Formats: sequence, C-alpha cells, structure tokens
Amino acid sequence: MSNSYLTDQPEHVVWEYSPAPESRSIVHLQPSYGLFIGGSFVEPVDGNTYRTENPATEEVLAEIAAAGLGDVDRAVEAAGRAQKTVWGPMPGAERAKYLFRIARIIQERSRELAVLESLDNGKPIRESRDVDVPLAAAHFFYYAGWADKLEHAGFGPHPSPIGVAGQVIPWNFPLMMAAWKLAPALAAGNTCVLKPATTTPLTALLLAEIIQQADLPPGVVNVLTGAGSVAGAALVAHPGIDKVAFTGSTEVGKDLQRALAGKGKHLTLELGGKAANIVFEDAALDQAIEGIVNGIFFNQGEVCCAGSRLLVQESIADAVVERLKSRLSTLRVGDPLDKNTDLGAINNADQLEKIRSLVEEGEAEGAVRWSPSCALPEHGYWFPPTVFTNVSPSQSIAREEIFGPVLSVLTFRTPEEAVAKANNTTYGLSAGVWTEKGSRILWMAQHLRAGVVWANTFNRFDPTSPFGGYRESGFGREGGRHGLAAYLDV
Amino acid sequence: MDSEAMTTVPGRSGPPGWLELQRTSRPLGGAVAAGSSAVGEVLAEVGRSEADLRRFLHGLPGVDQVGAEARAASLATRSIKTSSKLWALEMAVRMIDLTTLEGADTAGKVMSLCAKARRPDPADAAVPPVAAVCIYPDLVPVAKRALAGSGVAVASVATAFPSGRASIAVKLADVRDAVAGGADEIDMVIDRGAFLSGRYGLVLEEVQAVKEACGQAHLKVILETGELVTYDNVRRASYLAMVGGADFIKTSTGKVSPAATLPVALVMLEAVRDFAEITGAFVGVKVAGGIRSAKDALRYLVVVNETVGEAWLDPSLFRFGASSLLNDLLMQRSKQLSGAYAGREDFSFE
Repeated sequence: MSNSYLTDQPEHVVWEYSPAPESRSIVHLQPSYGLFIGGSFVEPVDGNTYRTENPATEEVLAEIAAAGLGDVDRAVEAAGRAQKTVWGPMPGAERAKYLFRIARIIQERSRELAVLESLDNGKPIRESRDVDVPLAAAHFFYYAGWADKLEHAGFGPHPSPIGVAGQVIPWNFPLMMAAWKLAPALAAGNTCVLKPATTTPLTALLLAEIIQQADLPPGVVNVLTGAGSVAGAALVAHPGIDKVAFTGSTEVGKDLQRALAGKGKHLTLELGGKAANIVFEDAALDQAIEGIVNGIFFNQGEVCCAGSRLLVQESIADAVVERLKSRLSTLRVGDPLDKNTDLGAINNADQLEKIRSLVEEGEAEGAVRWSPSCALPEHGYWFPPTVFTNVSPSQSIAREEIFGPVLSVLTFRTPEEAVAKANNTTYGLSAGVWTEKGSRILWMAQHLRAGVVWANTFNRFDPTSPFGGYRESGFGREGGRHGLAAYLDV
Repeated sequence: MDSEAMTTVPGRSGPPGWLELQRTSRPLGGAVAAGSSAVGEVLAEVGRSEADLRRFLHGLPGVDQVGAEARAASLATRSIKTSSKLWALEMAVRMIDLTTLEGADTAGKVMSLCAKARRPDPADAAVPPVAAVCIYPDLVPVAKRALAGSGVAVASVATAFPSGRASIAVKLADVRDAVAGGADEIDMVIDRGAFLSGRYGLVLEEVQAVKEACGQAHLKVILETGELVTYDNVRRASYLAMVGGADFIKTSTGKVSPAATLPVALVMLEAVRDFAEITGAFVGVKVAGGIRSAKDALRYLVVVNETVGEAWLDPSLFRFGASSLLNDLLMQRSKQLSGAYAGREDFSFE
C-alpha cells in the first residue's frame, strides 16, 4: 500500500460473520397436530398421519393429521353452516374487527411465526422475518379495511359473497399464501376450508391457533392438512364448495380446471412462471445486479414469479455476468435460522431432484453451468446458487420452470427483441425491466405479456397491488381491490 | 443511424467510455498508486476536454436510489462474529482521523487531541493509536510537534475549508502552507458550485493542482455529498476526484447535514472498486460526520467488506473522520474483553 507511514499493523485476522441464530425456543412444537374443523383441533376420522420435517436437517418436526374424505365432509359442512348462520349475515364492520384482530395477533406473534416458517420451509429467517410474516399481517389489515366498504368496491351496489371457498396453497410461502387466500375471502363474507401444502403445514396450524385466539366464530376458517391427491382433490370436488382458489403448479392447475369444468364452481388459479428480468445497457448496474440476485435467489428461487431468465443487452452482457459472479461469491448459503444467511434449504427431496434433473438437462443441452464455491451442509436438501450462460431460447432451462436457485442468462440487442424473447414462453406471471429511461419502462410494460411488471426492482409485493398471471400462469388476481372480485358473486 | 455510424472513424475518435474501460480493465491485485503512468495512460483521454469529461461522467452507469438504499439497509443487518468484533473494533480505532475543526480550536485543544490520538486509552496500552489527527492548517505545526515519533499522521483540511469558496490561488496557498507546516495528509474540498453547474473541468483541474501542491502529502478529496444530493452526482464526483489523483475520496466536511450515510459510502466504495478494476489503482474512502457509535462504525466495515473486499479493511484504504466515535469504540472494546461496560468517566475527554 502507498501509505507507508502506517507500519505497525497488527496481524491480519479474517473477517467473519457470526452465526447469529434466531432462537428456536420461541416455538413450542407439539409432538402431533390435528385438523382444525369447526373452531377446534380434532383427530382425523381415519386416524391417518404423516410427518413433516425440517428440510435443512431432515429432522422430523411433528406428526401431522392426514385428512380423508370424511374430514373434508365435516370441514365443508362446518364452513357451510358458519357462512349461512354467522359470517354471511354479519355486518361488514363486524367482520372487519375480527380481521384486524387476526392481523394484530400475527404481528404480536411474528417472531414465533417467522422461526416456525423457517423451520418447516427451509427459507432464511431474514426473509420469513422481513417479508413473509409482515406481508401476511399486511394482507389481513388491508382486507379488513374493505370488509365494510364492499358496495364501494366497484362491483355493484350489493355485492354478495360466493359461499364456501376451498383453498389449496403451495409450500413456498406457506403463511403468506394462507393470508392471501383467507383475508379477501373472509372480508367478502365467505367461509374457508384451507388445505396447506403437505410439506409445510405448521404455520397454517399456528394461524389456526391465532384464529382461535381471535375468537373467530367456529367453522369460518377450517384447516385440513394432508396429501393433495387425497384431501386436496376431495376438497375442490366437494359439492359444498362454491369457489376454488388454487396456487401451485401449472400441471395440477390444468387437472383442476378439467375436473371442475361444467360444475358451476368459481375458480381462480395462480400457477407457474418463467419470468424475464430484462437489463438494458443504461441500467443502474450495481442495483440491477442486486435485482437479479433478489429476482432469482430470493426464497431459493422457489417463487412462481422468480426472475429465472435474465435477458441482458449484449453490449453489457460480459460486464453483467462478471459482476453477477463476483456478487454471488458473497452469498451465504446455510442454516436458515442464521440471520446472516442469504440462501436456505430446498423445501423437499422431490423438488431438489427436479432441480437437479433440469440442471443436468441444461448442461447436456450445451449451456455453461457455473456456481460459486460454497460448502453445502451434509444433511438436508441443498442446491448451490447456479448460473447458466450460453443459453438459447430453445433449451429446456430457458423454457421450463425450475423453481430453484438457477438462473439462465440470455442476451438481446434491441427493445423489440427483448420483448419478443420475454414473451416467448407459455407463462405470463411477471417480468422485470432495468433501465434509467422512464419512457422505455412504460413502453416495455405495455408490450410485455405478464401480470406484474417491475421497474428497477423485483419481487416486491404489496397487499394493495393486484398479483396474477396470463396464459399458463393462471387467471384471477390476488391483492388490491381486484382481489375482492375473486370472492364476490359479480 | 447510418450517418451516425459513418462518422465513427476506424481506430477511435473519442475518449474511452466507461464500458470500454471495463473491457480493457486490468485484473485486480496489482496495486498501483493513483497518478502513476498506468492510470495516466488509461484515463488521460478522459479529461482531455470539457466535452470528453462530461461524456465520460454522464456515461457512467446510473445509481438507482431505492435500490442503493435497500442494499445498504440489508447489509446493516449482518452481525459479526465475537472474535472478529474485537479485531474490527481495534481496526476501527486505527482507522480514525481524530478530528477537531472549530473556530475555537487552540494549541491546547490540539495538544490534548494529539495525546488522545497517541494513546487512546490511558488504562490500556494495548489499544493502538489512531491513524491521524485532522485539524486546520494553522495548527499543523503544533500537532506535528505533539505527534513526533508516534506514527500518527497529521492531516490538515485546506482549500478554504469547508465551503471552498476562494480563488484557486488562495486555495493552493492554503495547501502549501499546511504542507510546509508538516502535514502528511491534505483534506481538500471540491468546488461544489462548479460541479453542480456542470463545469467538471474546473473541478478536475483544481484537484490536479492541489495534488501537485501536496507533493509527498497524501490527498483526500472531500465531495461534500450532502450538497451533491443525488447518488449519480456522488458517483460522478468520485470519478472526478480519482481521475484527478486523489489518494482518498471523502464524504463530507462534517459541516453540512446530512454528512456520511451508509448508502453514500456504498456508492463511493462501488466507484472505488470499479476504478481499481479499470486502472489497478486502489483509492481509499473516508467517511466523515455523524458516525458516533461503534455499532455504526462496524456497519460501515461490513459495507466495505462486502463491496470492495478485505483489502480495504486497512487504515491505508479506509478512514473514519470522527471524534466522539473513539470513546464508544474503546467502551465496546473493554466490554468485549471484560464482559462489563465501563462508565463514561473511565475514558478520557480529548
């Protein structure tokens, strides 16, 4: 170094971040959990159970009830009764009070919810603490405000609830998805039977406990844990269900739509995606790099709207890829409960297998695979952050949803080409545009066929903003005033 | 389109743009002092004319305010391992430019500041001395005598600090006076008026002239980011200072609010990182004003580590301009060692 007068320097010590784990002790895990039907926790009729595990360690967390057909009958019946006798007739202002109460209890018990979410899902505590739980509370607060103002929501003077909603949600944002589904349904006067994902039932069950604590009338919300092929399929097909809301894979979504065709049930679907994150040469480069990282590595890439295809203008492609690689070398992969962790565990073994096989396919098809050197824990389900370059639009890693921490880099030369490539997908959930030019942002947003277009940011969610897709990404919107339409007979 | 392409003479007509520099950049590692011939070669063309300079500065990638602030906020949540923390606290002590810049400064005040700088904790000789004391030019000889043999450098503000509103002749006289008095480091201010009215060439020339007047003394260039306001301006001013030959770029005078902030430091560190990639020269960063707690200081060190890497975790490349920060660092350090907080009175008033 040039400042030679500073000579007496002590020995250099390597700079290390402390494993700063959030304490597990805040969560009181029970050895086994029942189904939440009619306001109380009950044993399943058939007595079937399964185990839920911590994907970061493969340690079993609890025994979970597996709902059967008899349980679905009971839950739908309880919900139907509650809708007709209590919740439907209740004035909106009264329903609002319950929703506000749920929102406040979520905030009060936020640390507990965050730790439990990270345990059961594998996501970093930084994300469950700063994103999942606050957004879940925000959704309840937001829709609580609508409950007594439905006649002013633009759906006619006397909008009425649909009835009983059967809601099936995925494992990537277990609590947040439950909130996205329950809050608008309840605000509009519907009652709900919620089927959380098989691998992530715990926060939905804690939410059921919170619902008990909020004194919600029995039967207004019911939670059925168990397999999608049994409880999920029986729930959506049940004649007592008036409205089906599903978030999950496109494959299941298609099956569902076929099964429900002609049944007269209302349906909304929020399915997969293969979003393009488009970086122009005039973008704010350092922030674009952060946005690319957040776009694909947030929640280990297990996000339906993840920016899994990076479209970068050819003139800056080398600079962007180089910087991206050096930034990825600073990502911290490991213990989800460590507050410094950026990338947690993949939620389940099946998903890890799917990621692995798609990545192998990408390599076989000639794309160049790169990961920073990072030690992965021995137990649990882990996948390193991965970047593919030399990707062409015809390869499977550029077309299929991987749902993991895997980014495919493609290039473009002109805005027209960027739009054409971005739209060249069967999906249409989200997209990102990075440019300092405001007019180009507006032009791109007009031409991109995606439900959400983020400008100079990515993966930002807000309860006031409608979220949903085009084409194979589904239909219907969640969030905002538009989110009410899915739960009103309009 | 075509006619535009026609005017581009094969070879090259204009100065290199930022992207072009990135492409021809040298690998990191070979530290070269700023102002050396290697840097000169690459950047000579940039400052060839006012128009070239402007084209270069406006060709730098922009900074998105929301994104930069979000990144800084997210880095602020990192926590450091206990063993690293003690190291980091001592490092922060060694990075301090212990500062007094008041109209009421006297020889007595400066001498007590120097005593504190040599031996920050009278009760514990293991505490390293700070990097430098930072004072007004007329007090440089006092500090120089008080610090003789200590290894602590004397830094002097100059160039009509803090406003910089004086003729170049006065500014250079100010610098020469401080250097003649024995200053090891000069903290100059840029002409923010010239910068904000787009006269970048003037700013660059002043930095270059001051650099020359510094002779052997190291030059820190104060951008006064609180008056530049936008992060785009901060990035451009950072490049101007570095191209002009700055050894350090510094956030603020401490006389304008806001002074140093985490996102401003982030943007400056990114500029320093990119400059090193282009030229191979390592330029230091000094954050000054408003950093009072050890916790704040460690947050800055996290940003340094994550943005430019461990090489910059050294007093030769990162400094804190502060006064009250020192005692909090000492207090946290003794807490790390003893497990209990000492009282405020256990640490000396400088």
